[in-house]
Amino acid sequence: MSLLIGSITIGLILALLALGIFISFRIFNFPDMTAEGSFTCGAATGASLIVAGMNPLLACLIAFIVGMLAGATTGVIHTHFKINPLLAGILVMTALYSVNLHIMGKSNMPLLNETTVFSWIERFSSSVSGPDAVSNLLGWEVNTRNLWVLLFCVLSVAAFSFILFWFFRTNIGTAMRATGNNDQMIRALGVNTKVMIIIGTALSNGFVALAGALLAQYQGFADVQMGIGMMVWGLASVIIGEAIINDNSLGAVILGAVIGSVLFRLLVAIALRWGLNPNDLKIITALFVFVALILPTLMSNRKPTYKRKVNA
Amino acid sequence: MLKIDNIQKTFNVGTVNEVKALENISIEVEESSWVCVLGTNGSGKSTILNAIAGSFPIDEGTITLNGVDITKWSENNRAKYIGRVFQNPFSGTAPGMSIQENLALALKRGKRRGLGWGLPSSLIADLKKIVAPLNMGLEERLDSPIGKLSGGQRQALTVLMATAVKPQLLLLDEHTAALDPKTAAKVIELTQQIVNRDKLTTLMVTHSMQQAVSLGDRIIMMHHGKVAYDFKGEEKKRLKVNDLLSLFDEIRRKDMIDPAVAKLLQEYYV
Ligand SMILES: Nc1ncnc2c1ncn2[C@@H]1O[C@H](COP(=O)(O)OP(=O)(O)OP(=O)(O)O)[C@@H](O)[C@H]1O
Ligand SMILES: [Mg+2]
Repeated sequence: MSLLIGSITIGLILALLALGIFISFRIFNFPDMTAEGSFTCGAATGASLIVAGMNPLLACLIAFIVGMLAGATTGVIHTHFKINPLLAGILVMTALYSVNLHIMGKSNMPLLNETTVFSWIERFSSSVSGPDAVSNLLGWEVNTRNLWVLLFCVLSVAAFSFILFWFFRTNIGTAMRATGNNDQMIRALGVNTKVMIIIGTALSNGFVALAGALLAQYQGFADVQMGIGMMVWGLASVIIGEAIINDNSLGAVILGAVIGSVLFRLLVAIALRWGLNPNDLKIITALFVFVALILPTLMSNRKPTYKRKVNA
Repeated sequence: MLKIDNIQKTFNVGTVNEVKALENISIEVEESSWVCVLGTNGSGKSTILNAIAGSFPIDEGTITLNGVDITKWSENNRAKYIGRVFQNPFSGTAPGMSIQENLALALKRGKRRGLGWGLPSSLIADLKKIVAPLNMGLEERLDSPIGKLSGGQRQALTVLMATAVKPQLLLLDEHTAALDPKTAAKVIELTQQIVNRDKLTTLMVTHSMQQAVSLGDRIIMMHHGKVAYDFKGEEKKRLKVNDLLSLFDEIRRKDMIDPAVAKLLQEYYV
């Protein structure tokens, strides 16, 4: 049961990553590789600031802003220097690797004895229900502290999802969605699509960096390698969410990304429990996304054959 | 109103594909005038509209709109004053977004877009009023994605969107060419209604001589990036489809002979 709660918690933290990927991949239609760098960058920034004694929430906010800067850089490289967005992302991701090492000063930064968002929750839980308290959840014994952590994650993700939903329904957010949908049209309606793309990639990577900062605090360390594969991980979450929700409205897609992230994390936890070699995790994720991406084409290719048979 | 002064545009400069799409073109369009632009394929009709709209920078010359030199303005800044409908019915609308969202976006053309709600419920009634005259029943399905509509419906909506905020200049690039004749006639009727109602200054590229003859108050015929003919006032009113056809024939005949020879011939006979 505690494994389950742990997986859901990590799934929720990574839901912020999925929301970031949702912005680049679904609103602007390009896979933004910057995410791999900005995820680590958020973790590194958050961890270093916390080690330096900063309030962990403030550290998260600064991680968010640093992620936005990284994303804006990709946006500027793409829009002003006319570089393919995928390549622009790869350039910034590569550069961020060095930046992240400089931020931390080493490749791994432990946070075990630092004041993090989660150590705050732990202290709060001890003061409310006593240390090592155990709660009864649907007949299972669970550590009360973990439930508070879970609640915190649920509330934060709900808040950020709502902010995103609200933003994309404002005038500027609607113009941003139109930029990804038909840039020629929205330019003819007076919108500077370059600015929209820069704000969009900035927002996307802000979310990704925040996910990194929170995950570092949850797992107790930041590592310069922790961003590897995160873009595809986020994609998998978004795709699972879409398959489950099966509705294209904005709210549904955002909710889908969150649910997809949690489910994907659970699937991975179960697979690992059943003996999946952790080294194989990335290839399985990549295969999964590959299948999910070609599935719609495969299905629509099959339909006509079926029809032809019926007609014949 | 609109003053195009000596503009030039060459594509693919310095390559084998170099095209002089616009060569020293100067046109002055008066307020509330409706100009039909005719011309053979590749004569530069779309290019001149794109140059005015700012889709690309021009090489030489200036473009002035209402006394303001907009030559160096970005496309999106010019959109504040210019409404556009494209030839491709899919170009003017965002397919994944609803009819109402598309219309709401158009109502903000050239205005500041901030953090206000993009689709306030108070707006829906206005949007219904905007689409109701189309008689397409769209007011009942404002929330369905625009991508589900037919090309004709989308083009009609694009005309509404381009004019929802009154533009100083309306640019129509063969906006009925991709539609079947019946739908094309409807979209033209709608265009005519709106242009006449708001007295819009309009530049309309068309392939249809019939449209050119029956609509507007001026015909500009382009050829090889230049203005070949320009008919206004009474002259334009007297023009018939047959006159235009024979002009096209003449252009084609001139094309058959080498330009240098043509010049010689002209010197001898004219
Ligand atoms: N973006 C571009 N890049 C390169 N060449 C271009 C570009 N746009 C137009 N051209 C060339 O400029 C010339 C004029 O093209 P334009 O599209 O203005 O013609 P048009 O009069 O609109 O023709 P049509 O009736 O076929 O629409 C053509 O030779 C075309 O190939
Ligand atoms: Mg054209």
